Amino acid sequence: MYGKGILKGLSVTWGRFWATYTEDLAWLVRGKKRYFNQDGVKARAGKDTRGIFTVQYPEEHLTIPEEFRYIPFLVYDETAEEKKEVRCTSCGICAKVCPPQCIWIVRTNDPVTGRPVPVPAEFYIDADICMNCGLCAEYCPFDAIKMDHDFAIASYERNVYNMEKLLKPASYYANIRPLNATREDEARKAKEAAKAAKAEAAS
Amino acid sequence: MTTTPLTSTVDLVARFPGFVTADTRPGFTGFIVDKNKLVEAATAIRDEFGYDLLTAVTGVDYFPENKMEVVYHAYKITGGPGLVFKVQVPRTDPVEVPSLIQVYAGADLQEREAWDLLGIKFTGHPDLRRILMWEGFEGHPLRKDWQEPFYEEDFKPFKSRWPDGKIEMAEDKNPYKDNLKFPQNFDPEKWIPEGDALLYGSLAKYTITDEHGLKSDRIVVNMGPQHPSTHGVFRAAIVLEGETVLGLKPVVGYLHRNHDKIGERNTYLQNMPYTDRLDYFNSMSNNFGYAVAVEKLMNIKVAERAEYIRVIMAELSRIQNHLVFVGMLLNDLGAMYTPALYAFEERELILDIFEAAAGSRMMCNYFRFGGVVRDLPEGVLQKIKDLVLERLPAKTDEMERFLSENEVLVSRLQGIKVINAEDAIKFSMTGPVLRAAGVPYDIRRADPYGIYDRFDFDVAVRQHGDLMDNYLIRIDEIRQSLRILEQAIKQIPEGPINSQKPQYQVRVPAGEAYGRIESPKGELAYYLISNGKPNPWRYHVRPASFVNITALEKISLGTKIADFVALLGVLDIVMGELDR
Repeated sequence: MYGKGILKGLSVTWGRFWATYTEDLAWLVRGKKRYFNQDGVKARAGKDTRGIFTVQYPEEHLTIPEEFRYIPFLVYDETAEEKKEVRCTSCGICAKVCPPQCIWIVRTNDPVTGRPVPVPAEFYIDADICMNCGLCAEYCPFDAIKMDHDFAIASYERNVYNMEKLLKPASYYANIRPLNATREDEARKAKEAAKAAKAEAAS
Repeated sequence: MTTTPLTSTVDLVARFPGFVTADTRPGFTGFIVDKNKLVEAATAIRDEFGYDLLTAVTGVDYFPENKMEVVYHAYKITGGPGLVFKVQVPRTDPVEVPSLIQVYAGADLQEREAWDLLGIKFTGHPDLRRILMWEGFEGHPLRKDWQEPFYEEDFKPFKSRWPDGKIEMAEDKNPYKDNLKFPQNFDPEKWIPEGDALLYGSLAKYTITDEHGLKSDRIVVNMGPQHPSTHGVFRAAIVLEGETVLGLKPVVGYLHRNHDKIGERNTYLQNMPYTDRLDYFNSMSNNFGYAVAVEKLMNIKVAERAEYIRVIMAELSRIQNHLVFVGMLLNDLGAMYTPALYAFEERELILDIFEAAAGSRMMCNYFRFGGVVRDLPEGVLQKIKDLVLERLPAKTDEMERFLSENEVLVSRLQGIKVINAEDAIKFSMTGPVLRAAGVPYDIRRADPYGIYDRFDFDVAVRQHGDLMDNYLIRIDEIRQSLRILEQAIKQIPEGPINSQKPQYQVRVPAGEAYGRIESPKGELAYYLISNGKPNPWRYHVRPASFVNITALEKISLGTKIADFVALLGVLDIVMGELDR
């Protein structure tokens, strides 16, 4: 029969059309909110999603996975005296590995001896050039530079980030990447313990 | 990693004594053919030795040695390793090499590219115009002595970044309108696009007089660069007689950024995120190809678990590419957005997996030399299982139920020839288009890379080579990819995900490597030359989209303009990869 294929195809569209409403009904019967609710968003992004698929941004947000990466930031540890202890030692690996070369670091030199001090004097990231590849965070040996989750950074200005803008506390990092932060903290502690043990053995 | 020798045991030296020598530079393979014997040798390679598929043509600038080289990679359509042959000429203008277009028609656009970017003149090429750059462009940018307007140093990392990295923005150093160079006596204000005259001139040969002696006007239509059906900034200058296409020239380069040059400034690792931006639908495949090429050069093995993760990612990428292909093809045919959005749903779910594993939906940057960046985070393998075992097979069936028998679609697609097998090989076509024409050539089988030799799957092939087959073969390939995925998910072992120590600058021994993979769009290959330094001496991408459109003119002649839209659609081009 001519037209059978079209009807068959239309049955798919028909089914898809009603799926939204049957899903809505099912959620209603269960007394749960399907829209503007994190559970609803999760269900719509899950493997059994049927019917309407869209997420009403900005009222609704998809869950951001831990590994999501955006413009990098610098991590600092908060000491007891509320001083910012920057983890960066200005070794320059991030600046060297950066593919579009958007990281600029000024190393601190000791005013007396002239020798380099392991703290950056200035640190710039040209966020308009950054390609969010994450290589800087991947190869940083001090866990000092990490990729952010904050992607809503549109602005009218040229976005060159300086230290002030880049520095974020370790607690922020642990908040956006809990698994990574715990793993790295443990690794660092183990390394320090091994170092201490070695020093003790040597003395 | 399977290490197939790049060159098989063909003895070209004995066939052309005195004119051919083996390339004996350490790390290099293949033969160096005398320029005057090139066409003859190529004919013998094609007809006597059976290497009928010329996949890549590219030039290399050996600036310090003052010579230029053109490198050809030929393969047998029945599978197996390839044959590399090269021509070396002195680097004094004009650099001239005979064109191989009469032997391998697929050399057409690639020779034009080599002329445009390296200034190698291919004598005998019928239409040797610039292809990626515009006519008012000064010089040949891939030459080693050419410097871009924002030039800082030859190789990254730049010294100004550390330890005294006072930021200085490139646009301040080199203000707008001051960053342009023109050829001598060239005034951009008074410039008449001579290129267009050349372009239309090259189309003029199609002037025909009616058999009744009537002179009818032919009309030149520029489809694109801004046209919804051209999948980006692609332009086709078409000569029409009524609705019939009489002549066609593709015009590309609007999205050109000289990926090769950027790649030669970069270190090996820095290129990885740049490859994401080639075919931005399949960054996983792009990463795969580049990783294969560099690993060949470094001669390292890939961690076992990483091999499986790579295959899983590449096949997921293929599935979403083909689903979106089907949706977009229907878009081109006028079924506005319903099929495309159905396809995008599944694509979204696959991209969620990429995002969870790699950190980004499209610009994945997930592969490293010897493995991958990180193991699959918790729950991701389960998500992949859910999709592969439950959702995607059902959705593929639904897509077929939705479209495959639709009478309107069938009558638009069936019987409209894309290309036959013989021409497809001649024009160096690869990928689904070649297989839809009846040639079961799939690099995953013909020249296996990674661990594809371990999986049980069929090379999808269709016999008619019409539009309908080109549509159906994508569905077939989705099914085969699902088969591979099922096996990969079952077999994936535990273990480390990189065989190498993490290094931000890898050591690559001197030599050359040609790493090729079956990307969803066809053969994606990277040709690399290392001189032992941290940056590649030559980095060349052989994208499937670019080489496949070589045959566009051949495909479109004599068809109706409405069908041209569909014909361009089934080639599945992506401008990020085509223009590079």
